[in-house]
Amino acid sequence: MDNKKIGQHISRQFNEEMEDIRHKVLTMGGIVEEQIEQAAQAFMQCNLEQAEKVIQKDDLVDSLEIEIDQECTEILARRQPAAFDLRMLIATLKIITDLERIGDESVRIAKMTMALEKTEYYHDKYHEIHHLLDLVKGMLHNSLDCLARLDADNVIAIKMEDEKVDREYGSIIRQLITRMMEDPRNITRALDVLWTARSLERIGDHSCNISEHVTYMVKGQDVRHISCEELEKVINKQ
Amino acid sequence: MSTEQLKTHAIKIGSIKGSGVEVKQETLETSIRIDKLNLFYGEKQALFDVDMDIPKKKVTAYIGPSGCGKSTLLRSINRMNDLVDSVRINGKIFLDGEDIYDKSVNVADLRRRVGMVFQKPNPFPKSIYENVAYGLRIQGINDRRTLDETVEKSLRGAALWDEVKDRLNENALGMSGGQQQRLVIARAIAIQPEVMLLDEPASALDPISTLKIEELINELKEKYTIVIVTHNMQQAARVSDFTAFMYMGKLIEFGNTSELFTNPKEKQTEDYITGRYG
Repeated sequence: MDNKKIGQHISRQFNEEMEDIRHKVLTMGGIVEEQIEQAAQAFMQCNLEQAEKVIQKDDLVDSLEIEIDQECTEILARRQPAAFDLRMLIATLKIITDLERIGDESVRIAKMTMALEKTEYYHDKYHEIHHLLDLVKGMLHNSLDCLARLDADNVIAIKMEDEKVDREYGSIIRQLITRMMEDPRNITRALDVLWTARSLERIGDHSCNISEHVTYMVKGQDVRHISCEELEKVINKQ
Repeated sequence: MSTEQLKTHAIKIGSIKGSGVEVKQETLETSIRIDKLNLFYGEKQALFDVDMDIPKKKVTAYIGPSGCGKSTLLRSINRMNDLVDSVRINGKIFLDGEDIYDKSVNVADLRRRVGMVFQKPNPFPKSIYENVAYGLRIQGINDRRTLDETVEKSLRGAALWDEVKDRLNENALGMSGGQQQRLVIARAIAIQPEVMLLDEPASALDPISTLKIEELINELKEKYTIVIVTHNMQQAARVSDFTAFMYMGKLIEFGNTSELFTNPKEKQTEDYITGRYG
């Protein structure tokens, strides 16, 4: 499947409309990627400036969501698309919801950073989430890459990454519980880490959803809630 | 789609895996079977090896660009092509297992079983009542009560009764285009056909009349097998259960309408339904 799929309509205007939507979704994805990076850095280094940036970008993400939503609705009403075009619009509507939620999770982390800055105990670096952050960033990046290339080949890898994220999240929780049991004074800090890890884990889930929507777009099959083996069959089917 | 595929092509209702919800399967029977049909207009071949099983009491739509052979294929189902001198056919078409091109077949009888409605409504210049009763009268039925009953039943069946019940004796040519088209459908169902062939039945009608015809098609499929040719893809998507895409005399793809419009198997189908250059 190549990107030519978007073009080649007899109606050039239709081509432009579809291309415009795709461009906006990828832009939205790029902004959301930056948001995660900045939110996590803000949290780990207590960097208020970064946290501010994350919150500012949220308005842009929200307005892109509304704009893309409207454009998709308009095409559905005016052009009655079928086959790939129809699937692309339906998948896009779902993808932007996931992207917007990812943005919200980043904002949640940023806001927590700002609240923490005012407390006395914020002096420790929250390094526990470092690995989780890397995994989740990779997942979102790969999902957006699938979308940009209209290729479902990486979807299995992304699903497997999601399992790693879940394991990492579980291990963070266990670490935190141990610390809390050692000394109750650790509880407040542990909860902060826990909420952030939880947000990152959710971002992983949303990224996985995005890759599933791309698979639907490209392969025409709904691959949500199926095992990796079943997914592999769908991907390898010509 | 072969007979075997058609049989297994069951429509699943509530098939949620592991939920214990009973999966109802609808078994499809074949009404018309087209077997390796080739059709020539003189030297020019218009249909190439068309194989197709049209399911009973379902709506099957033919779509495709102009000149792809969809009307030709439709017309061969009630042998309308016999009226064209240069036509030569090989291959077979079975209606309920009976070869309609067999020498023993009475063509008038075949056309009684396979009714047809055209793009332009063609009522006779007679009263509304006589238009519907016409088929019965030529069969020699003149009993007033039978005729009255059939006319009412057919007009009701064509969703026209309420609009015309007070003016049954007025000339049919005074009706609107949409009403005329439904009258023609009433005339066709008066003689209780098994199959209804509709050749672009709504393309000359306004959007509201079109919707009425589409609604009617949906009701008619309870009793009849319907085959419709349409240039309007959205119409095919709205009214049909199965869709066949034809291109240059060949049947490219035939399958479940919802699947064909969301995830077609063939690139040519995809290009056509999404408006791309093939």
